Amino acid sequence: MPKDHGIGASSKRREDVRFLTGKGQYTDDINRPGQAFCYFLRSNVAHGTITSLDVSAARDAKGVVGVFTSKDLEGLGGIPCGWEVTDKDGAPMKEPKHPILAEGKVRHVGDPIVAIIADSLAAGRDAAELVELEIDELPAVVDMREAIKGGTVLHDVAPDNICYDWEFVAENKAAVDEAIRNAHHVTTLELVNNRLVPNAMEPRAAVGEYDAGRDEYTLWTTSQNPHVIRLLMGAFVLSIPEHKLRVVAPDVGGGFGSKIYHYAEEAFITWVSKRVGRPVKWNADRSEAFMSDAHGRDHVTKVELAMDQEGNFLALRSSTLANMGAYLSTFAPCIPTWLHGTLLAGNYKTPLIFTNVKAVFTNTVPVDAYRGAGRPEATYQLERTIDKAAREMGIDPVELRRRNFVKPDQYPYQTPVAVIYDTGNYDATLDKALELADVRGFAERKADSAARGKLRGLGIANYIEACGIAPSSLVGALGARAGLYEAATVRVNPTGNVSVFTGSHSHGQGHETTFAQVVADMLGCEEANVDIVHGDTSRIPFGMGTYGSRSLAVGGSAIVKSVEKIITKAKKIAAHLLEASEADITFANGQFTVAGTDKAIDWGSVALTAYVPHKYPIDDVEPGLEETSFYDPANFTYPAGTYVCEVEVDPDTGVVEVQSFVAADDFGNVVNPMIVEGQVHGGLAQGIGQAILEGCSYDENGQLLSASYMDYAMPRAADLPMFVVDHSCNTPCTHNPLGVKGCGEAGAIGSPPAIVNAVIDALSAHGVTHIDMPLTPRRVWEAIRAARN
Amino acid sequence: MYAFDYARPASLAEAIEAMKDEDAKALAGGQTLIPTLKQRLASPTTLVDLNGIAEIKGICLKDGMVAIGAGTRHAEVADSADVQRLIPALAHLAAHIGDPQVRNRGTLGGSLANNDPSACYPAAVLGLGATVHTSAGRAIAADDYFQGMFETALGEGELITSVDFPVPEKAAYMKFVQPASRFALTGVFVAKFLGAVRVAVTGASESGVFRWPEAEKALSANFSAGALDGVALGADGMIGDLHGTPEYRAHLAGVMARRAVTAAG
Ligand SMILES: Cc1cc2nc3c(=O)[nH]c(=O)nc-3n(C[C@H](O)[C@H](O)[C@H](O)COP(=O)(O)OP(=O)(O)OC[C@H]3O[C@@H](n4cnc5c(N)ncnc54)[C@H](O)[C@@H]3O)c2cc1C
Repeated sequence: MPKDHGIGASSKRREDVRFLTGKGQYTDDINRPGQAFCYFLRSNVAHGTITSLDVSAARDAKGVVGVFTSKDLEGLGGIPCGWEVTDKDGAPMKEPKHPILAEGKVRHVGDPIVAIIADSLAAGRDAAELVELEIDELPAVVDMREAIKGGTVLHDVAPDNICYDWEFVAENKAAVDEAIRNAHHVTTLELVNNRLVPNAMEPRAAVGEYDAGRDEYTLWTTSQNPHVIRLLMGAFVLSIPEHKLRVVAPDVGGGFGSKIYHYAEEAFITWVSKRVGRPVKWNADRSEAFMSDAHGRDHVTKVELAMDQEGNFLALRSSTLANMGAYLSTFAPCIPTWLHGTLLAGNYKTPLIFTNVKAVFTNTVPVDAYRGAGRPEATYQLERTIDKAAREMGIDPVELRRRNFVKPDQYPYQTPVAVIYDTGNYDATLDKALELADVRGFAERKADSAARGKLRGLGIANYIEACGIAPSSLVGALGARAGLYEAATVRVNPTGNVSVFTGSHSHGQGHETTFAQVVADMLGCEEANVDIVHGDTSRIPFGMGTYGSRSLAVGGSAIVKSVEKIITKAKKIAAHLLEASEADITFANGQFTVAGTDKAIDWGSVALTAYVPHKYPIDDVEPGLEETSFYDPANFTYPAGTYVCEVEVDPDTGVVEVQSFVAADDFGNVVNPMIVEGQVHGGLAQGIGQAILEGCSYDENGQLLSASYMDYAMPRAADLPMFVVDHSCNTPCTHNPLGVKGCGEAGAIGSPPAIVNAVIDALSAHGVTHIDMPLTPRRVWEAIRAARN
Repeated sequence: MYAFDYARPASLAEAIEAMKDEDAKALAGGQTLIPTLKQRLASPTTLVDLNGIAEIKGICLKDGMVAIGAGTRHAEVADSADVQRLIPALAHLAAHIGDPQVRNRGTLGGSLANNDPSACYPAAVLGLGATVHTSAGRAIAADDYFQGMFETALGEGELITSVDFPVPEKAAYMKFVQPASRFALTGVFVAKFLGAVRVAVTGASESGVFRWPEAEKALSANFSAGALDGVALGADGMIGDLHGTPEYRAHLAGVMARRAVTAAG
């Protein structure tokens, strides 16, 4: 029987009532009295020196409140970076200044140069046309392989355009080289992990307001982590102490990582609201989003996998160029390193692993985490390489994977790349996925496709990811400039209903429903009696926000801790009221009972007594029923699974159609199966988008070619098959109270290699061994043609 | 958008008058024009909204031809019982333009006046040998109407009023969609008339929609996909962009032409 309540129930998403009926309150829905509008004049060239900039005519234009350039911002900080990666020789990464508005130079198309505040957006745009701007164009560098040769240099501090040159695990290097030299077989693959534009449905927006009476600032912004923004912006950019700065991230229409970071626009909007003495709004249009939201992925990688005669993996060597874009976005440096190198063991017991990552500055939009962040890149290279290895070795790809799996009796499993997997069962998800995909019937379906002139392929990929980010001491040692715990305050109100204040932030994930299920389950109350509050630094405790599939594993654990404290305290009050010993009190189904008696008192009476403490153990227990907890995880969580898909390729046109897709995921315990399934669906859609459709493309002058939906292909429903999603093969996480692992990114991590493996399988008879994503019709057709010739 | 005046004439005569302002621009479905205005890529003094003019809307049969008013929306063409019966390929084409919002706003006249090199309607108009009627009283043969990418035979301020489509024995349109925009990366309209076959290709050429004489000749002799074996377009003059090289487009034209012949039956 599926549960209809609490943990394990597919409760309907309560937040959808407002989202689906147009009652959501997004940043652009917030309008303040006297509000002015901001328009950013952005660079239309990728690289150049600003030789003259005259804004006087714009200042005098009708409806203009103020016009600002970097000269007006002297004394303010640059946009800070939240993670420092150390070079292989021990030096810190190169960290060039990221100014709010361009200082003398522009470094990518979309770099903001001038900000115009006006009574209306139209007046701002009109005034922008009066700005006299001359840019002496410099050669642009877009291709990382060119960039590292130097010549065209973005930042003086990085003369070869290299931000850092990182090695991991350095001590393994010699042994890996040796194993590769001596191996029976080495499979080599060079591949590109394509650059993606995140494309949240809601573009970024900000409203800033300064209250001169109280000397307080408020920023409403599209953020996944308002406290992080408050800290970074207040402390590093604007010098506003936290108690004078409130950051609100109201309803947010999707983030996928791109709304983690602190952006120049929101800092400017906050600052300028005081400067002009009016609230100021900025709302990006879609074209602006394409050229100013941090992009994702963009790796060029070479992998070598060494095997013995039986196909046992002996060593893996990987070298990657990772695009940083023109400036360092907040978490950019850690994505290709600590979120990527540490996952290169995958689901396998490869004993020796070494990777070298060079992070490269180019004249493109900054690149940072995008759904999966580093882990998709790791998974893609592994699973593509293993597939190629299977073909080269003449071993069935399923068998080769199985042979190298970490086995269920090996946990906790210390990988050679620092992380320790606490639990898992990769054979179980593999078996489940193969069964659900009816792999046995594949030959028949392939013959049927062939009869229609189509090439059918079967693709398999395993993935593992590190979620529940992250133990603070660990990430601190790795260069994070923050802790990665989460905080929650649980407040039982006098009549017994509950308000939960969480540092996690929901921008589509359904926290308001899931978190309420957890609390209701623990307190034995109706879910409707629990309210989840998030997104406002003036209401919630200091928390780190939502990304890296951390909300339930870390944020949920903080909530659990607080509820446990509440129950402990409530038992003391109940013991007093029932005149029993605290040790004899049992709490279940919302009732406190005394063991061995029929004495009982309900939750509501205890809650009320906490706030009306007439008959109360006042010497031992404070009044009130409210607890705050900070939860710092002991380890990452390691969701894992197997994806199997079938594709049909039209050899005449190169069109790839995904025929079926099975996802068998191990997310540990599942609180709301429907929401989890929805998260997987979304992740799969994005992964299939990356594999087949989405490719952010620049020309050699640094012009963004895929700058709108006319040229950037997003997945549509018609591009997707009906998904088969299973999460029955659960190995609960061993170190958090809910036994949960996180499900937000898995779909986007595991699906690209499954799709590409399927397409290569379909084309293998033509001799095609690899195609870089996205597998657009043109690329597939060209690959077939090249292989034929 | 820049500021502009707005006029909504109730008759063609009033519209012709309003269009005499040399910086006036006609507004039909707005699916191309409004985004252009929003991006400040056009600055007309007056927008002459054609949506109130009944006489340029609707579908009727005239001398054995299907006459479609310039103001007729794609969805109306797609849903028209007459079009479905007489030129199902045209109804099918209209039903696969853009998305429902686009089909419920976009018009035949707007599409033809714009003459986007990747648009679908131009392939039907050229493939069927239709006649474009204008506010200047001209009847322009399709072969004369399309004059290159975004170029047409329309004069300054001249409006399309209707288009007459001859009814073929059989016809089909095969569109290979550009993955992002879903316009035609390459589309081929094949129409068989008594004694002659017309083949029009859109999306492929730097000169906009064009007829493919070699294919027409081969199909006129033998209307079957096999007749196109050995008939191939060269890559010269084809469009090369993110989504397809000139070679790819030339190749697709062949594949789509074969499929159109098969679909026409
Ligand atoms: C998302 C999207 C997807 C699309 N997909 C496709 C597709 O798959 N295939 C396809 O073929 N098209 C596609 N289109 C284009 C669409 O079908 C319209 O046909 C096109 O935008 C123009 O028609 P309109 O009525 O909207 O014209 P408008 O945008 O109003 O006008 C376009 C131009 O034509 C002029 N004009 C309009 N009517 C007349 C007239 N009667 N006489 C003279 N000049 C006139 C206007 O002044 C303007 O210059 C798509 C559009 C969008 C927005």
